[in-house]
Amino acid sequence: MTKSEKDFEELMQKLEEITTKLETDKLNLDESVKLFEEGMQISKECNEKLEDAEKRITMLIRTNDEIKEENFVPEG
Amino acid sequence: MCQKIGTKVIAYGSIQVYEKDGVYQLYCKSMKEDGIGDLYTAYEELKRKLSLEGLFDEKHKKKIPFMPKVIGVLTSNTGAVIRDIINISTRRNPNVYIRLFPVPVQGEGAGVKIAEAIEFMNEQKLADVLIIGRGGGSLEDLWPFNEEIVARAIYDSEIPIISAVGHETDFTIADFVADLRAPTPSAAAELAVTNIEDLKYTINLYKNRLKMALHKKTEVMRLRFEKCMNAGCYKDPYKMINDYYILIDRRLKSLENSVVQKLKDSKIRGAKAITKLDTLSPLKTLTRGYSIVQSEGRVISRVKDLKKGDIVDLHFSDGSAKAEIK
Repeated sequence: MTKSEKDFEELMQKLEEITTKLETDKLNLDESVKLFEEGMQISKECNEKLEDAEKRITMLIRTNDEIKEENFVPEG
Repeated sequence: MCQKIGTKVIAYGSIQVYEKDGVYQLYCKSMKEDGIGDLYTAYEELKRKLSLEGLFDEKHKKKIPFMPKVIGVLTSNTGAVIRDIINISTRRNPNVYIRLFPVPVQGEGAGVKIAEAIEFMNEQKLADVLIIGRGGGSLEDLWPFNEEIVARAIYDSEIPIISAVGHETDFTIADFVADLRAPTPSAAAELAVTNIEDLKYTINLYKNRLKMALHKKTEVMRLRFEKCMNAGCYKDPYKMINDYYILIDRRLKSLENSVVQKLKDSKIRGAKAITKLDTLSPLKTLTRGYSIVQSEGRVISRVKDLKKGDIVDLHFSDGSAKAEIK
């Protein structure tokens, strides 16, 4: 698993934790605002990660232990 | 229905006994050629063997990553399978990254090629999840996915593998070993690719929940604050000062009143004293013809206090004069 997609799952988990904490824990205003800001920041990061990726459809071509990657468009 | 003698067939029907002759008769309702009889036996044997070895055990199944960055697909580069996978994947995530490694999916040697491809993808770490599959077909067509070499390659793969072989009803050995079995290649794409819209919706839900939670907290605090602010001291902060002003005014007034009263009292007392003084005053007596004799500032009230030659002051009502005692 590459790093960034693990990050995304971790971020989503963190978002869930923070949201539940803000909803259920007895916190003072400062703590609440801090959690809120953290949560909003993470949700922003998640959205950015989703937009960040670039569409790529490729085909690997292997010749003599060398590997080439070409764009692939399916027939039909 | 005409079958050549020696053809293996699968017949479906009922058996009845003709008791008189002890003859069994098969009333065949349908019949199909069973060219795959041997393959089927091989399939069952391999399945049993690998199952006993534990290759199908749940504990070996790897989790399919939540957001795979690269989706590796091992299938033919022609035909509907790769097209379906690309269509479904891009529909769910327009920014998906699919890496197709073309492999033959039927015929002699296909199994070896598939196994090699799995190993290669692993060695080079070319994907975060692998979909291996092909479209529907006969048991012979699907055979590479029933080969031991493929089963072992799937088992040894570090990259989680989704198998998508044939139709929903086709079960291959690959399906049993794979970390996840998809009923069709399209379904495999759905399992591998997270729907971005769903994710965005989920993220949005979290955002709304965060907003609601904070709003609820601040609302409670706002109510508490308002309750405090409704207290008189905050609502009309000048009231207290004004109250003091009124008090000061009142005190001042009463002070003034008492001073005036005291003044009045004093005047009355003074007038009384004056009247009293007036009645006691020697001046009145003086006007009646008496006079006061003083010598060296002292009032002389007896004659024995005087001697000859003393100069005395005589005080009358309208003035004084000096006299010598003889």
